[in-house]
Amino acid sequence: METATAAKAAEQPVISLRGATASLGSRPVLRGVDLSVHRGEVVALLGANGSGKSTAVRAVVGQVPLTDGTLSLFGTDFKRFRDWSRIGYVPQRTTAASGVPATVREVVSSGRLARSRFGIPRKADRAAVTRALDLVDMGGYADASVNALSGGQHQRVLIARALAVEPELLIMDEPMAGVDLANQEVLAGALREQVAAGSTVLLVLHELGPLEPLIDRAVVLRDGCVVHDGPPPEAVGQHALPGHDHVHPHAAHDAEPLRTGLLS
Amino acid sequence: MELLNYAFMQRALLAAVLVGVTAPAIGTYLVQRRQAVMGDGIGHVAMTGVALGFLLNTSPVWMATLVAVVGAVGMELIRSRGKTSGDIALAMLFYGGLAGGVMIINLAPGGSTANLTSYLFGSITTVSAEDVTAVVILAAFVIAVTLGLRRQLFAICQDEEFARVTGLPVRFLNLLIAVTAAVTVTVAMRIVGLLLVSAMMVIPVAAAQRVTRGFTATLTTAMVIGVLVSLSGTVATYYIDAPSGGTIVLLAIGVFMVMTGVSAPLARRRARAARAAEQICTRDDVKV
Repeated sequence: METATAAKAAEQPVISLRGATASLGSRPVLRGVDLSVHRGEVVALLGANGSGKSTAVRAVVGQVPLTDGTLSLFGTDFKRFRDWSRIGYVPQRTTAASGVPATVREVVSSGRLARSRFGIPRKADRAAVTRALDLVDMGGYADASVNALSGGQHQRVLIARALAVEPELLIMDEPMAGVDLANQEVLAGALREQVAAGSTVLLVLHELGPLEPLIDRAVVLRDGCVVHDGPPPEAVGQHALPGHDHVHPHAAHDAEPLRTGLLS
Repeated sequence: MELLNYAFMQRALLAAVLVGVTAPAIGTYLVQRRQAVMGDGIGHVAMTGVALGFLLNTSPVWMATLVAVVGAVGMELIRSRGKTSGDIALAMLFYGGLAGGVMIINLAPGGSTANLTSYLFGSITTVSAEDVTAVVILAAFVIAVTLGLRRQLFAICQDEEFARVTGLPVRFLNLLIAVTAAVTVTVAMRIVGLLLVSAMMVIPVAAAQRVTRGFTATLTTAMVIGVLVSLSGTVATYYIDAPSGGTIVLLAIGVFMVMTGVSAPLARRRARAARAAEQICTRDDVKV
């Protein structure tokens, strides 16, 4: 009996979004989106600016209310879902700069709250934070102020914060935005290790970039609808996508963009 | 130290220590989420509570706590809606509270705005034994929340969306911050005064930030600065007959300026070290 339920749970998609609609103000942003991600898959959400890809991932983590459709995570209806420690979330650049300095370790430790919640942090919690920092190669910056980091380093800190909880599912909203190539390579390496360890990943990308070899499937959105769900488009095909607005990460090599995440 | 022989001074000094600890403690979170003026707004609203205390002949401190908590919860609800008209709604709440206080105090038998002066700017001679009891209880609550839940409160003030996805009860914790800020206002009311409360929530934090890099370090340093200026301001007021609030806040600003002076060479040294590190990297590049 128990094994039967376990087997059933394994079959169920980790993320199942069916016929999702959502609007921001009066503007419909998602118009019936179906998206399912299975255990161990790495799925990229692609699309032009305003296509609804960011709204789609924010809906998956419950930050955008659905006006219609259903959402379940790990086979549990979203309304009853409480298992937040199974999810590591990297929001798109945090909106406002914080008014008080914080060290890299303090920020990454807050990711651990999904496990320790109101408890006292234990040795295992501290070890997980250190491991997460090492994964993104920021171990040497643990006691530095996040205000003193570059945009790329800052993004690595936000990813470490998501990894600190040791999630089964990583959800990342444009983790490569405003990150120079060297930092993109570090992030790709960290992600490769997660995937090798069996993590499931859903990430919003503007271009596949250095992550291309890791992606199993790409879902392309246009005007709030899914227009492609299958193997990732070729680099050339990617450029041919409707609405592609030609932002090239390699341009960042000469001039690092000034978008600095939390700090801008 | 003959001032310790006076019962009123003992009460004032105890209240001063508690103000010095609590105001910067909650202030650190308010500054972190860029809500530094919230304390000021609550102070205005609390005026209505003080006046109601006079009118109904009950304790102004408890009445102010009640009204300030209601006002702070209202402010949090306006903030969480995030509407653009929120600014105007907050202004209405602030000035409505102040106007209500002035109105009601004049309705109280024998009351006039003169009764409010010691609540507006603080006064060490008027701290009664009842006030001290109230202040101790309220301060214990503030310390329990700001220190006991500091990891959770840090997380929601740093990145609210991320905190929600970790499953923290963000709405409840936001309300708790608002209530704690309101309670702190009434803790500080007798010594610092309602119009200057916000200064004790913000200036010690701003001063601490000049030399700190982390959140816990900022929180601790701000509390130490808070206690120092609050105690020395109260003692100074014993010798020079002035409202304690003014003295304490001027001292806090003095500490801020000293810390700024100290931090400039510190920052220069750090920048020099960073530049030196860069040069080493460049030489490496040349070798390769």
